[in-house]
Amino acid sequence: MSDPTATQDLIKGAGEPTASPVAVRGDRRSLWRDTWDILKRRKIFWISFVMLIVFLLMAAFPTLFTHKDPEYATLAKSMEGPSADAWFGYDLQGRDVFARSVYGARTSIIVGVLATLATVLLGGLTGVLAAYFGRWIDAVVSRVGEMFLGLPYVLGAIIILGTVTPAQSNPGKAMIMAVVIIVLALLGWPILMRIARSAVIQAKHQDYVQAARALGAGPLRLIFRHLLPNSLAPILVYTTITIGSYIGAEATLSLLGIGLRPPVISWGIAIADHASYMRTGAHALLFPAAFLSLCVLTFVMLGEAVRDALDPKLR
Amino acid sequence: MKANAESILEVRDLVKHFPLTQGIVVKRQIGAIKAVDGVSFDLHRGETLGVVGESGCGKSTLAKLLMALERPTSGSVRIHGRDITTARGSELKRMRRNIQMVMQDPYTSLNPRMTVGDIVGEPFEIHTDVVPKGGRRRRVQELLEVVGLNPDHINRYPHQFSGGQRQRIGIARGLALQPEIIICDEPVSALDVSIQAQVMNLLERLQNEFDLAYIFIAHDLSVVRHISDRIAVMYLGKIVELGSDAQIYDGPTHPYTQALLSAVPVPDPEGRETRQRIILQGDPPSPANPPSGCHFRTRCWKAQDICAEQTPALEARPGSDHPSACHFAEARDVVNAQ
Amino acid sequence: MTEVLSEQMGRGSHGGALLEVDNLHVEFRTRAGVAKAVNGVTYSVDAGETLAVLGESGSGKSVTAQTIMGILDMPPGKITGGEIRFRGVDLLKLPDDQRRKIRGEGISMVFQDALSALNPVFPVGWQIAEMFRMHRGTSRADAKKMAVELMDRVRIPAAKERVNDFPHQFSGGMRQRIMIAMAIALDPEILIADEPTTALDVTVQAQIMGLLAELQRDSNMGLILITHDLGVVADVADKIAVMYGGRIVENAPVHDLYRDPAHPYSKGLLESIPRVDQKGQELYAIKGLPPNLLEMPTGCAFHPRCPYRRDNCVTDVPPLYTISGTRGSACHYWREVIDEGER
Repeated sequence: MSDPTATQDLIKGAGEPTASPVAVRGDRRSLWRDTWDILKRRKIFWISFVMLIVFLLMAAFPTLFTHKDPEYATLAKSMEGPSADAWFGYDLQGRDVFARSVYGARTSIIVGVLATLATVLLGGLTGVLAAYFGRWIDAVVSRVGEMFLGLPYVLGAIIILGTVTPAQSNPGKAMIMAVVIIVLALLGWPILMRIARSAVIQAKHQDYVQAARALGAGPLRLIFRHLLPNSLAPILVYTTITIGSYIGAEATLSLLGIGLRPPVISWGIAIADHASYMRTGAHALLFPAAFLSLCVLTFVMLGEAVRDALDPKLR
Repeated sequence: MKANAESILEVRDLVKHFPLTQGIVVKRQIGAIKAVDGVSFDLHRGETLGVVGESGCGKSTLAKLLMALERPTSGSVRIHGRDITTARGSELKRMRRNIQMVMQDPYTSLNPRMTVGDIVGEPFEIHTDVVPKGGRRRRVQELLEVVGLNPDHINRYPHQFSGGQRQRIGIARGLALQPEIIICDEPVSALDVSIQAQVMNLLERLQNEFDLAYIFIAHDLSVVRHISDRIAVMYLGKIVELGSDAQIYDGPTHPYTQALLSAVPVPDPEGRETRQRIILQGDPPSPANPPSGCHFRTRCWKAQDICAEQTPALEARPGSDHPSACHFAEARDVVNAQ
Repeated sequence: MTEVLSEQMGRGSHGGALLEVDNLHVEFRTRAGVAKAVNGVTYSVDAGETLAVLGESGSGKSVTAQTIMGILDMPPGKITGGEIRFRGVDLLKLPDDQRRKIRGEGISMVFQDALSALNPVFPVGWQIAEMFRMHRGTSRADAKKMAVELMDRVRIPAAKERVNDFPHQFSGGMRQRIMIAMAIALDPEILIADEPTTALDVTVQAQIMGLLAELQRDSNMGLILITHDLGVVADVADKIAVMYGGRIVENAPVHDLYRDPAHPYSKGLLESIPRVDQKGQELYAIKGLPPNLLEMPTGCAFHPRCPYRRDNCVTDVPPLYTISGTRGSACHYWREVIDEGER
């Protein structure tokens, strides 16, 4: 079969592909390289990428953005509106809102990203395993997931956080953040598990998976080459939404007084502290909320760009 | 298309029952779908065995059993004397090199997120000793050329090709490990009429060139006849008639085969007013609850008491020259009589 | 049909056939560009007549049917020209409510996939009865009785007992019968059957085609049969329109087309059917691929695949040349195609 000349006449009847070429170079292509090539050409990717860099810099080096001390309080300036001196004005305790918004980025992003990462790892892994192996593994994972899903989110969080870090206790910054992250992931993984599970089950019944099995492909190849790349879109979309909603959930928990709390600085705490001053001092509420929204938007846009680039059909 | 006498595939009493269960936590079996219910045949080197039958007759399950994608309830599938149904691990992997398949739907049988090069080259990544790493890409390009595709399109994705071209990609993947047997599960039924002939021609040329044996599963009888040396007709999980293409088409002895051939619309309007048709009543019964005795008796015009009591064996009877599972097997030319 | 409409379209008051599609153009505006799905299709069908529209996927045969029925998704679809005259009245100019009336009572349609065309959450009898209740305002009890009669008429065994069953409880063939029952419920004058038997097994296909033929005979309907199956066409059609790339490339009475096709495409299709005497030989195959609707070839759409191609085929779009009173071919060299006979 290695003699191409003998087979020239077989070409009769085969025409040229109809669609335009993406890459007709001699080098070997892979899904990830092609994805990157596509991403490079997308405006939305670059916009969200730049925004992401800004937020990450803000989280890592807040002093690049402000010289003010976020803890420095001048009660006399409580709820003072924006001015040239303090662009975003002062909060209830007379602290600079801009400085607190900048410093809040670190906690909010760390909590949002790490909690999402934990959720994706836990939910994705269990979902893929349940879908791939089926039978009793699927039954156990699904039932356990449903048990967690049945817990009301807020109630579950109140019970766990109230037990581990009760309001009167005085745990360190890192401890509070770690517990909040774990609680968010623990209560959130079943949804991702179900998304991953259904996406993989759908992909599993496709003929190309059968074809790979017929070639003798093992479970790792099936999962990583065939099932995961074709299940990634819904997982990715939910993941980006989750980052945003976790940053928001962190705020909710703070509002209830059980999540992050001072001395931690976060957008959630800022929103929680000023939730009741909507009419008298909206600036103290709106600026941290705007940071939060922009950050969420960044992740959602990034996720969408990556999802589109991952789908060869949309190229 | 000569067929040597050497059997490379021997299927014996193959049975696949899918259990029907009830209950979520504690599963209780309440019955079984008898998808394949005692199928035996041989496949010789370089020949084509056509398998025809309607949906639900078990022909696709049969393909999966032969490919060891499903484990049979009982029976054996021997390739060169070794049973693939009991093979495990590395032995199974080695045996798979010898039997590959081409699937029906060119749109779902190729991973949309892999390039053509990765799809056709995947067999070499799984069976790493077939072609050394450095030579794989070259080999994939050769394969693309063999099936009549431009080797420069190795970096394209499946959706950039038409249905017929995708089917060629699937064929190239099936050829990669140089198997002796290729199972073609409805390889042209999803293609446009004008493209079907191209793919049929390709399959025939590859057969001659590489001495391949095909199991050609289809519901289109004219296509099956064109390519097959022998034909097995299936109904509700059983082979009801088995013979050479001339035996099946010119002198079918099983009433179901006769009805099937008679029902195929002839692409020629001449004499259509006077054409005699055997039109069967009703639909095939459910494979979960097939009739007793002969499965076909509920739709058969020849059925008598014995048909409900005794399952007819697949054997040659007086007055016919090939095996048929009918108590009243009798040759009748339904095609040329029209 | 309402009083107004019947006056407007009194039987026989116009010159042409019962249904005439005249120079219809339909496009789809997609992200990738404008897909010209139908490029000037003209055909007609009369009462009691069977017109087979033969073509491959993308030939525009189904889009034309959807446009006749008024169920084309717009957007992305857009009708850019032509008329569809039913009893002499252009349907494309009718207001929506009158159009809806014609749908079902004047022209109705049977789809390929009966399972997805039926609503899974309602009993089939209810769905058939709904046709009467919606269009005629029949009472619930009467409509149900009529539904049972219809199910009897399309030969569903034990119709009375099965009228309350749901679509998934029926086999593929029975579901197609239910679809047909719904389509003929209001005694339409034209029935469009879009690949009605493609999803069915051969033995069941024969039953359904027999049923359609019988219903047509009984009620003198005009039948438009859309299919890619040359066997089915040869069995039931009176005349044939062969479509390629959104155009009619040949129309002819059924016997003429099979005896001596006048367009290279129809000829190629007929020759690519595997025949008994060709066993073991290479099949004749039309080379190349069907056209990309986004980038139609210039001139004759078939020219890249055509063995008869000359220079002017690349530049001049062939009109539908008249061969005789009932025959036409959109090939500059139709004479040659007929004269040459079989290759």
